[in-house]
Parts: sequence; C-alpha cells; structure tokens
Amino acid sequence: MNLKLLLSGRIFLLLFLMLGLILTGCNRGTKTEGSGEFEASGTLDEETQEQLNTAKRIFYSLPSPLETAMLIKNAGAVYDEELMNPVSNTSRYITSKSKALNLGIYSTDLSYASLFDQSQATLDYIAAAKEMADGLNILDAIDEETVTQLEEQINNRDAIIDIISETLMNSSSFLKENDLEGTASVVLVGGWVEGLYIATSLVNENDLDDNKLVERIVDQKLSLDIMISLLESTPEDQDSQAVLEDIRALKAIFDKISINQGESTVVEDPTTQISTIKSESSIKISNRVFTELKAKVVEIRSSYIS
Amino acid sequence: MTKKGVLFISLLACMISLPVAMNAQCKQFAKNTCKAGLEPYQHDGNYHAALLIEGEEAELYKTFYSDREYRIGVCGATNLEAIEFKVVDTRNGKVLYDNSLHDYDWKWDFNLESSQQLKIMVKVPVPEANLDEPEEGCVAIMFGSRDD
Repeated sequence: MNLKLLLSGRIFLLLFLMLGLILTGCNRGTKTEGSGEFEASGTLDEETQEQLNTAKRIFYSLPSPLETAMLIKNAGAVYDEELMNPVSNTSRYITSKSKALNLGIYSTDLSYASLFDQSQATLDYIAAAKEMADGLNILDAIDEETVTQLEEQINNRDAIIDIISETLMNSSSFLKENDLEGTASVVLVGGWVEGLYIATSLVNENDLDDNKLVERIVDQKLSLDIMISLLESTPEDQDSQAVLEDIRALKAIFDKISINQGESTVVEDPTTQISTIKSESSIKISNRVFTELKAKVVEIRSSYIS
Repeated sequence: MTKKGVLFISLLACMISLPVAMNAQCKQFAKNTCKAGLEPYQHDGNYHAALLIEGEEAELYKTFYSDREYRIGVCGATNLEAIEFKVVDTRNGKVLYDNSLHDYDWKWDFNLESSQQLKIMVKVPVPEANLDEPEEGCVAIMFGSRDD
C-alpha cells in the first residue's frame, strides 16, 4: 500500500470519527413524558429545547439480584440451599431467554449464598452464572480473573459482595451498550422472581402478621409497574414480551393486596446529614391471596428453571 | 486491496467501533467516578448511564425500601456543569430533595420509614457560553445501600 493511499484512508478515518462524534449517542431513549419540573432555563432556543424534551431519556430501575438478596436477608430470612436452582441444571438452558432468566436466577442464588457466608455454594453459583453469561456472549462479565479473585477472597464477605456487584454491572452495561436492553430486562426479571420465590417459600401462610419478610414481599407491588414499563419499552424483543405476560399475571394477584401510605415529609439529621423520608403506611394481605401468590410464583419460577 | 476498499473498511470500522468506544468510556466513567463515590454504601450492581446533551433531561424510577439507608449519586463528565437533580414522590409529584438547594451536591443520603417508589429527575444545565453548541457528556445515576 503506498503512502498516498494510506494518507487518504487516514483522512477519511478522521472525517468519520468527527461525524460519528456528532451523530452517535448511547441508546438515546425516545419516550415522551411531561416537561418535567425543572425551571425553564430559557437559554437554548425553543426548538432545540423542545427536541430535547421529547427525547427525554427514561430509566426503569429494578432491584438487582444483589439488592434482592440483601432485602431478603435483612428481613430475617434463613439460608436454605434447597430453595436455590441446582447448578446441575445449567445444561438445560439452550435458548437466549432461558439463559438470560437463569443468569438472573443464579445471580440471586449467588448473592443469597454469599450473604450467608456459604463458601462452596458461592463458588458453585459464580460458575453457573458465568456459564449463562458466556452463553449469552456477555464478554468479560465474569472472566477467569473474577473467579480467581472470588476464590482468593472467599472468606471476605465484603470483598465477595464487591466482586458480585462488579459482575452484575459488567453484564448490565454490556447488554445495554450492545442494544440488548430486552435481554438485560429479562435477566433482572429472572433475579427478581428467584428472590420472590425464596422469600415466599420461607413464609408460612398462617404467619403473616408482623412478619418482616411478608412486608418485603408486599413491597414488591411497588416495583411491578416499573417492571412492566421496562418490559414494554422493548416491544421488538420476543423474550421480554413473553416474560411480560408472567409479570402481568403476578400483578393481577398483587392488585388484591392493599398498601396505604400517608404523605411523605423529609427530615434531615443535622449531625449525620442523613435525611429520613417520613410517612406512615399499612399493608393488608389475606392468607388466601398470599397462598395464591405463592402458587403463582412457584409456577412461573418452575417454568423458568425447567 | 483497492483504494475504495480501504476507504470502505475505514468507514465501516469507524461507524461500528465509535459508539462502542464512547459507551465503554461512559461505563468506565460510571465505574471510576460515580461507583467509587458510593462508599461506604454497597453499589447494587445496576448500571444507568447515558450520553446527555446540555439542556437534556432524564428520569429514573425506582422503589426504595424501609430499613435500608441509601445513597443516590448523580455524576456528570468533567466537560459538563454540575448536574441538577430532584427526588420526587411519584404519587403526587412532591419534591423531596432538590440538589440546587444544597450547592448542587452530587449525592443524597437518606432512609425511609416506609418503602416507596421515587422518581429521580436529572437535568444537564447549559452554560451561557455553550448556547449555540451544547456539549455532550456521560451522566450516571447510581445507587448504594446498607442496612439501616
């Protein structure tokens, strides 16, 4: 290749680099919402501001597998390995949907095991999660170095939780950056359903009153419309649409549970500078509805892990 | 290889690799700047970051739980002005926190008496000097929590 040809190639490369900088963005959302509650700055011209408002980026944040496991443990759950999806099941998952769901499920099981200092289970479940992530071609989310780090830190719970948080972020960012938002949502739904399965399995239907775990289960009602909006945001993704039907079925049951909440006020502790959002709330769930919810969760979760 | 072939491959490589490179940059920013600032709170593993233009707004919906203490972190790239954010009760639109009243602090630490769905509203301000050519930069919204 002569010098002239090389130079012209470089010039074009530079030109398109500049063009790319102007034209590209990372997965800019297209949903429209109200104008928001920020005061109009009156700085950009009206047309530009209008364009920005109509392309407002909207995020729906679901509890991650790690947060789900933390919530369960914090509510007084005990460790029961029988409730986790056996790692021997990994070979069953062939389709992208089953791999995504079980990446979420194994990630919740991994978090659950690590929070209860279950060293061997932690190692087993990171391997299972890695197999699912590799199957989805999520590059470097859980690499060999991560597994080695985990082995080296196996008796250091904080370090393990950090590693799990890092792998979850790697998976989530990889999927979102590669326009696989639907798959990212399915992973989260899998993790969330697993958490709901563990929590509901640990509750006796006749012991609902003053039960912290029941409160946590009922709280999941607050995330259902976020989850539905998230799944609806990828209508072209068949996997997320299939999962959406399950979530709607769960919502129909959660709608029978009532949460009454008063108005919120904020009080800041001047010493710690930590604010408290104060509001009174009460929940109402009957034994019949809890049993119905538990059965539906078992049904959905069984279909995911089979 | 012909001259046209070289040009075509250069063009294709640019178009494919540039968005990936910019997104990867956004992830590194979120990880190195925002996530690191969440300590001593434990990051939940979720990733919410995007390239935003000055003047652009974003919203995030999330459920926060009682008996946990949270840190919300909203971080903007160094080429952007301090990011404005508000935390709003989704039931009635009541503003619970507005960082413009707290010297545009990038974080807010709080806990809740009752679990609640909140909306985080984010805006990238436009400096007077950039009216004609607003800048673009990475903005990340991240959460950390710990037992209350």
